[in-house]
Amino acid sequence: MRSKPLQLFATVALLFLAQAAQAILPIQHWETKRGARVYFVENHDLPILDVSVDFPAGAAFDTAEKSGVANMTANMLRLGAGGMDEDEIARQFADIGAQFGGRFDPDRAGAGLRTLSSSNERGRSLEILGRILARPEFPAPVLEREKVRLIAMLKEADTKPDTIAARTFSRMVYPAHPYGLRSSGEPDTISKFTREDLLAFHRRHYNAERAIVALMGDVTREEATAIAEALTAALPAVAGAPPVLPPVAQLPKSETRWITHPSTQSHIMLGAPGIRRDDPDYFPLFVGNYVLGGGGFQSRITEEVRQKRGLAYSAYSYFAPMLREGPFVVGMQTKGEQAREALGVVSKTLNDFIAQGPTAKELTAAKNNIVGGFPLRIDSNRKIHDYLSVIGFYDLPLTYLDDFTKNVERVTTEQIKSAFQRRIHPERMVTVVVGPGDEKSAQAAH
Amino acid sequence: MSAHLPAARVISALVLALLAGIVSPSHTWAAANSQVAESTLPNGLRIFVKTDRRAPVVVCMVWYKVGSMDEVNGTTGVAHVLEHMMFKGTKAVPAGEFSRLVAEAGGRDNAFTSRDYTGYFQMLHKSQLPLAMKLEADRMANLSLSAEEFGKEIRVVMEERRWRVDDRPRSLVYEQLNASALKAHPYRYPVIGWMSDLENMRVEDARAFYDRWYAPNNATLVVVGDVTPQEAYKLAAQHFGPLQRKTLPVRKITEEPQQRGPQQLTVRAPAELPYVLMAYRAPVLRDPDNEWEPYALDMLASVLDGNEAARLNRNLVRAERIASSADASYDGIGRGPGTFYLSATPTPGKTAQEAEQALRREVQKLIAEGVTAEELQRVKSQAVASHVYERDSMYYQAQQIGSLDMAGLPPTVADLFVEKLKLVTAEQVQAVAKKYLVDDTLTVAYLDPQPLAGKKPSAPPPGLRHAQ
Repeated sequence: MRSKPLQLFATVALLFLAQAAQAILPIQHWETKRGARVYFVENHDLPILDVSVDFPAGAAFDTAEKSGVANMTANMLRLGAGGMDEDEIARQFADIGAQFGGRFDPDRAGAGLRTLSSSNERGRSLEILGRILARPEFPAPVLEREKVRLIAMLKEADTKPDTIAARTFSRMVYPAHPYGLRSSGEPDTISKFTREDLLAFHRRHYNAERAIVALMGDVTREEATAIAEALTAALPAVAGAPPVLPPVAQLPKSETRWITHPSTQSHIMLGAPGIRRDDPDYFPLFVGNYVLGGGGFQSRITEEVRQKRGLAYSAYSYFAPMLREGPFVVGMQTKGEQAREALGVVSKTLNDFIAQGPTAKELTAAKNNIVGGFPLRIDSNRKIHDYLSVIGFYDLPLTYLDDFTKNVERVTTEQIKSAFQRRIHPERMVTVVVGPGDEKSAQAAH
Repeated sequence: MSAHLPAARVISALVLALLAGIVSPSHTWAAANSQVAESTLPNGLRIFVKTDRRAPVVVCMVWYKVGSMDEVNGTTGVAHVLEHMMFKGTKAVPAGEFSRLVAEAGGRDNAFTSRDYTGYFQMLHKSQLPLAMKLEADRMANLSLSAEEFGKEIRVVMEERRWRVDDRPRSLVYEQLNASALKAHPYRYPVIGWMSDLENMRVEDARAFYDRWYAPNNATLVVVGDVTPQEAYKLAAQHFGPLQRKTLPVRKITEEPQQRGPQQLTVRAPAELPYVLMAYRAPVLRDPDNEWEPYALDMLASVLDGNEAARLNRNLVRAERIASSADASYDGIGRGPGTFYLSATPTPGKTAQEAEQALRREVQKLIAEGVTAEELQRVKSQAVASHVYERDSMYYQAQQIGSLDMAGLPPTVADLFVEKLKLVTAEQVQAVAKKYLVDDTLTVAYLDPQPLAGKKPSAPPPGLRHAQ
């Protein structure tokens, strides 16, 4: 079995050489009359159309005082729009089997749907989507109900150790940046904002000029053009300068917080601000993280924490690249008494990796997986649609997917080591432990 | 339950997804599951192949017809523990090598355990299908099961139990409801196992289970992707063909005695909101051509909660505002008994009992007044669309074929289901609601939320925490 991987790698490499001449995914790109950017892949294998319209309108565009407005705006788009109430919208989508999908994360917000491509279903569902995007009504009684529901859900979530850990972590990593705001808002901010806040947020952020339209599936270019025009024509016009996220400050020093919780396991998170989506270190850090904690059973963290010691079911690290520096996170859960030991193991694993980088063998293994597994990244309409939306929103090159494997192949062990040393500083990281016992009792247990 | 985290969704999503969307296309372009090719090797291994050429990839799954319902008291959880141990090496492929070889071939792999079955899968470039089959065939017969690896892995499984169940109040509610609703049938065991059984488990228990149940004549190979049936059969014959069939034990599954009256229980755990979960006994699909009740029950669940416009959401969440969420589901495909679930989270200020009464009112209203043609048509349209959408995922298609087979149903049931759903009448929906949503076979579980502060971190062993 020993020589097998090399052989396999050769096969995969040949395969990609053979395909290199033609684009892996022919992405068509244009702008609508109002300046929305459109990304389209035409494919008629399945009678399905996936379409989405996204805006820079995620949680990071909230202010601290009105944290949660962005989320509630996105959430309420479909709860009354263009003269239809929420029941009517739900009924009409359901009647034609269309699946509505909202998007919301720190950077992006928007709405989309999956529909049958047959003209009746497609036409009706897109017509409703157009109203939802351009003419949401945010009815006050619905807003009041949704506030009550959301606050109840948040209070419930705040009793869970994983939520407490994630919230504490986020606040400590981004003490002065909107990435540190809770994406849904906090109960006290949610209770205060009004329908007018949502209307204003929509006018300010859901602009045609800043919209990204992604289409994948069973329509022609001509049809796609018409759809993109129809979805963006009635969107609010830009008023004022584009909203810009402030730069992320690096952490000045290390900080650790232990929070007592009546759970059986301790939830452990370590991290710091990581990388931007357009970061020059993106590929070295992405490939390097496969070796560190992103490659499942092939990663060092899983090997040390789970395979060698049985300390956790899940242990991992990841980068969440965003418009600004999204977080670098190392996480796991372990029985309370083992928290200190697990933390020691994972810290050492991280420190060793930063100091030495990956071995040549590890890097080869990582590349074999990422390059060899590339076809799995684009083997469905849904996955391709997701890529279109990311490529559009983060303004990545249209050849991003064509270049992906080349960019991975190019990464060297030295680049990974250098990138991790420049970007990840264990002496300036946040550590959060939520679980049974406090720091003292956890230390006493060992 | 799965060996690696990312596929954690597999278990619960599967049954729901199956029921939500097994439907048949009305258009000629939708490749029906009747296009699934089937074959059986001389040693009894069943093979299903569905060609999908949209991408140069394949999904390869091996399903064993053995799950937690084949366990006995004292070793609950062993099916799932064995699933973890299947990654711990054979003579030819030492511990850790299985996943490494798949990963280096650009593949992803994982596994899942349910009450009915244990499954393993790889997703990879089509050129790597021989590797997947070679590795699966090897561990079907040659698993090492070393005490040392077991000693580490059982700790991982205990962590998994803490993470999935012990620290999640609603998982505790489900686990205890299940253990209370059923008195005898092994569906009452949690798939992950009771903690004390995990603590007492030894490698010999896993070995005995493996020796008993892991054999080609208790397994099904499912391949979906860019491969022809002939290519897949040839590879299967090459890799699995030499394995010996075994004499399988007689399955002695305790039948659940008739429930003779409503039952209820309460779970106290740290939480903010109360919650109610109701379980009614219901039939499962055994004769897909001739039965109608399971389809009517599926329609009933969809009329209540199949889409955003459905009754529970519209009435309880939006209009009456009694619940912040309300759900209905029917678990009607499986080897064991079926269940119809209703659940709700009351809005602040309302109790779990009030939410329960609201759910009951919806049921009574449906029994008294029936359902509208519009509601039926909506569910049918959704089913047709969902069946088309399913074809976007090779993984889903493979999982559907495998799970149907484990329940003793042919892959054509995936298509038949929508045809049957289209035939369901308003009277039939009313009839099954009246017949099955009755107090005599109901078990209700309430979550009674406890404050976080002042709670002792440790809890008694879950095995001692039956509510009744």
